[in-house]
Amino acid sequence: MIPMDLGPHATFIIAAYAATGFILALLIGWITTENRALRRILAAFEQRGITRRSDARQREARKAETRKSEARKSELHSVA
Amino acid sequence: MALIDLANPTRFLSLSGRVLPWLAALTALCFAFGFWLSAGAPDDYQQGATVKIMFIHVPAAWLAMMVWMVMTIAALGTLVWRHPLADMAGKAAAPIGAAFTLICLITGSLWGRPMWGTYWVWDARLTSVFVLFLMYLGVIVLWRTIDDPTRAGRAAAILTLVGAINIPIIKFSVDWWNTLHQPASVVKMSGPAIHSSILVPLLVMAVAFTLLFFTLHLAAMRNEILKRRIRSMQLMQAEAAPGR
Repeated sequence: MIPMDLGPHATFIIAAYAATGFILALLIGWITTENRALRRILAAFEQRGITRRSDARQREARKAETRKSEARKSELHSVA
Repeated sequence: MALIDLANPTRFLSLSGRVLPWLAALTALCFAFGFWLSAGAPDDYQQGATVKIMFIHVPAAWLAMMVWMVMTIAALGTLVWRHPLADMAGKAAAPIGAAFTLICLITGSLWGRPMWGTYWVWDARLTSVFVLFLMYLGVIVLWRTIDDPTRAGRAAAILTLVGAINIPIIKFSVDWWNTLHQPASVVKMSGPAIHSSILVPLLVMAVAFTLLFFTLHLAAMRNEILKRRIRSMQLMQAEAAPGR
C-alpha cells in the first residue's frame, strides 16, 4: 500500500472516486441482476414447453435427421 | 469466422459468452494496475493532489464521447445496413454512455470546486457535455416509450445521428470559445503536454475504462438478445392462448 497525502482537498478527491465507484457498481449490478432475471424467465418459459419458432424448427430438423439415420440403419440390417 | 457471422444472435451469444469472462478479468487487472500507478503518481505543481481526479475524470469524458460514436456507427447499421444486432448495440450502449457522462460531470464538478472556486459554470465545454448527458437520457427514454423494437430502434438511430453533431462541439469547444475549462492537453497536434509520470497512469486508466465499456456493452447486448427472445415467446404464448 502506497502511503498517500491527499492534501487540503482530500474530501473532493475521495468524493470523486467514491461517486465513480458507486455509479459503476450500480451499472455492473444492474446488468448482472437483469441477466439473472432474464435467464430465470427464459427457463420458466422452456419448462412450460414454450420455445421460439427457430428453436422448434431446429428440434424438428434434428428429429427428422435421427429418424432418417435410424431408417438407413434398419435398411442396412435387413439387407445383411 | 467472418464478421457477418456475428449477425446471428445465437452465434453472438455463444461467442460473447466465451469472451466475456476473459474480458472482465483483463478489465479488473487493468484497473488494479491503473489505480496502483495513479496512487504513485506525483502531485501537480499547481493543483497538488487534486490532479488524481484527472485519472477518472478524463477517461470518463473520453468514454462519454466514444460511446456516442459507437452508438452512431450502430445507428448507421440500423438505418443503412439493417444489421440485426445494430439497434441492440445502440440500445445497450446508451445507459453505459450516460453513466460515463455522469461520472465525467460529477468528478469535473468536484475537481472544479477546489481549483476554480465553483462546482459549475455554463461555459461551452461543461454545457456541451451536459447536453450529451441529456441526449443519452433522451435515447433511453425513446427506447422505453415505443413498444415495437423496430420502430424504437429507427427513432433512436435518427436521434443518435443528429446528436453526433455535439461530439465535435464538445471536443473543440475549448478552442472555439473562451472557456473556464482548460484546452486539450493529451490529444493535440503538438503531442501531449503532460509529464510521463502523470500521462502513463492516465493512459492505463483510459485503457481500463475502455475495456470496462466493452465488457459491459457485451453483457448488456446479451441481455437485450434475451429480452427479445422472451418477447417473442410471450407473443407466441398469447397467440396460442385459448379464445384467439
